[in-house]
Amino acid sequence: MSRKSALRGIPIKTEPACSLTKTERDTVLAVCARLKAAAGPLLPILHGVQAALGYVPKDAVPLIASELNVTRAEVHGVLSFYHYFRAEPPGRHVVHICRAEACQSVGAVALEAHAKKSLGIDFHQTTSDGAVSLEPVYCLGNCSLGPSVMVDQRLQGKVSPERFDELIAQARSRS
Amino acid sequence: MSGTRIFVSRDASAQAVGANEVANALSREAAKRGITIELVRNGSRGLLWLEPLVEVATDAGRVAYGPVTPDQVPGLFDAGLMRGEPHALYLGFTEAIPYFKSQERLTFARVGLTDPRSLQDYLDHEGYRGLNAALALEPAAIVAKVTASGLRGRGGAAFPAGIKWKTVLATPAEQKYVVCNADEGDSGTYSDRMIMEGDPFVLIEGMTIAGLAAGATRGFIYLRWEYPQAKIALDAAIAAATEAGYLGENILGSGKAFSLEVRLGAGAYICGEETSLLESLEGKRGQIRYKPPLPAVAGLFAKPTVVNNVITLASVPIILDRGAEYYRNYGLGRSRGTLPIQLTGNIKRGGLIEKAFGITLRELLYDYGGGSLSGRPIRAVQVGGPLGAYLPESQFDTPIDYEEFAKIGAMLGHGGIVVFDDTVDMAAQARYAMEFCAIESCGKCTPCRIGSTRGVEVIDRLIAGRDPDRQEALLRDLCNTMTYGSLCALGGLTPYPVISALNHFHQDFAKPAAVKAVG
Repeated sequence: MSRKSALRGIPIKTEPACSLTKTERDTVLAVCARLKAAAGPLLPILHGVQAALGYVPKDAVPLIASELNVTRAEVHGVLSFYHYFRAEPPGRHVVHICRAEACQSVGAVALEAHAKKSLGIDFHQTTSDGAVSLEPVYCLGNCSLGPSVMVDQRLQGKVSPERFDELIAQARSRS
Repeated sequence: MSGTRIFVSRDASAQAVGANEVANALSREAAKRGITIELVRNGSRGLLWLEPLVEVATDAGRVAYGPVTPDQVPGLFDAGLMRGEPHALYLGFTEAIPYFKSQERLTFARVGLTDPRSLQDYLDHEGYRGLNAALALEPAAIVAKVTASGLRGRGGAAFPAGIKWKTVLATPAEQKYVVCNADEGDSGTYSDRMIMEGDPFVLIEGMTIAGLAAGATRGFIYLRWEYPQAKIALDAAIAAATEAGYLGENILGSGKAFSLEVRLGAGAYICGEETSLLESLEGKRGQIRYKPPLPAVAGLFAKPTVVNNVITLASVPIILDRGAEYYRNYGLGRSRGTLPIQLTGNIKRGGLIEKAFGITLRELLYDYGGGSLSGRPIRAVQVGGPLGAYLPESQFDTPIDYEEFAKIGAMLGHGGIVVFDDTVDMAAQARYAMEFCAIESCGKCTPCRIGSTRGVEVIDRLIAGRDPDRQEALLRDLCNTMTYGSLCALGGLTPYPVISALNHFHQDFAKPAAVKAVG
């Protein structure tokens, strides 16, 4: 017990300067308020912020650190460790392509090349019209029916290059 | 009850190939024809090449059709779907399909059979009998049963579950925890996901029993983000179990408490390593810890913690219900009970096969799997995820058994088998294994962090044919350093796929890249 409770005793707490919009700032604070009492709250908070804003803005880091009474380095360290968290806003649709061995055995390498070519972007990038972000993922757990792709949290199996284009067209037409 | 029961799986793999669309088409078509049906979204039977599978309940048993597309639904009704009559997609009684019939389903007994959202359905199918048995026992007696069953950790390390539990029980503390490792990151594995989506109550029951045995009152399920359907299923089941008094402050009036919560991972493979997982649960970077202390002594928040994989915990209820002997009588040698095997990759009939230890790879690949999906010869299989060895045809007679696999420099891991046909480039697979380690290394120890990056470079030079003998010697030396110098299994086992590829498929490395492209 400890350092954390000792720090809570310091009376003056200044909020770090930040360039978040009011809505973003309120969202981050609301997520922190909801979850900070939980045991080991940082991952749930980062998930909460990303679920609400689509990413974890750079300026949310000092704010979260201040709310949890930990250093910015600790929050940044956690944020940057995990592949799922993103520091840049995503496109309107996020497409994850499975790169794992089971999918490779049924054509995932070719699918990956096709996806990059047809979208004109590499992994971790977003198309210039802001529609699609492309991310790699290591196993979606659909290993008997690959190649697998996840479009906005919806799993798709047996994805051929043609099917990939269809899925992208469907996603684009939704927004 | 309202009308004939029709089952379409809710499993993520089934949904990935159109199960929701088929379910909607069935509802629409039934309504159009004025037929009342009760559509049940069950777990998957594990016959994944037949998904979307449609089952209809008849007096004689459930009849299956598959794989069904939405536009085939009207034709199914025309052919007499409601009475289970023949059609081009007709498969007969589900439980008579040889792939299914020949299995020994203990852990997966209910998956595909019941509605995973229904606690009542769980209770109607022998659910919570294990917990009832456990509530009548002293903690040490529960531990003794699990130990006697021979159950070993199904996550990959195969450590005896009972020993782990015993250590936690014997370590006094005001708070202890049960943590379920549901960070199923290995390629070629999805049995954890199928349990969580298809029979979440069995995992909850297993964790509750672990809590009673170890004296832990709080549990966490550390679930990977890639499994959103499992999250929904678990949250719903935890809510239902809590509501009905199977979780909470006073389990079934026993005065014992156990509460459960799902936490999401964030795409780090290393968090499947138990100490890294605990760091992550505490809200830190998922870097592994030095052992000792073991998590059983100082685990989550430095308290004694039972950390087990989903399948391990989900196998506990049947052991408590039927007895340790019953479970122990399956399997051979030191590998007791059953293993849910996942047949994946380039395979004609991919799916989940729960069998007693002892079946050979060849039986799995050809009798169950029917050979490769592409129709070409099977050249290699990788067993045990990205850190598992690549096995050539000459080793296909190895039985599924922890020790037998260890003897040939391989491992069973979490029971995933990934099949490759003869178009595979094994040098590329070896390079990928090193690249994967470089991307996923937590960075704590040098052999893994630096060794994996250097490993990719050495393999690149070897493939390019630049002084190959020297590169190969260097690669073997590097793999030796990684094996014996790494802190955990990531750096320690990455040499498995690399060295096995090098030993068994040397010709793939020997040719210069330019020649290979032409040939």
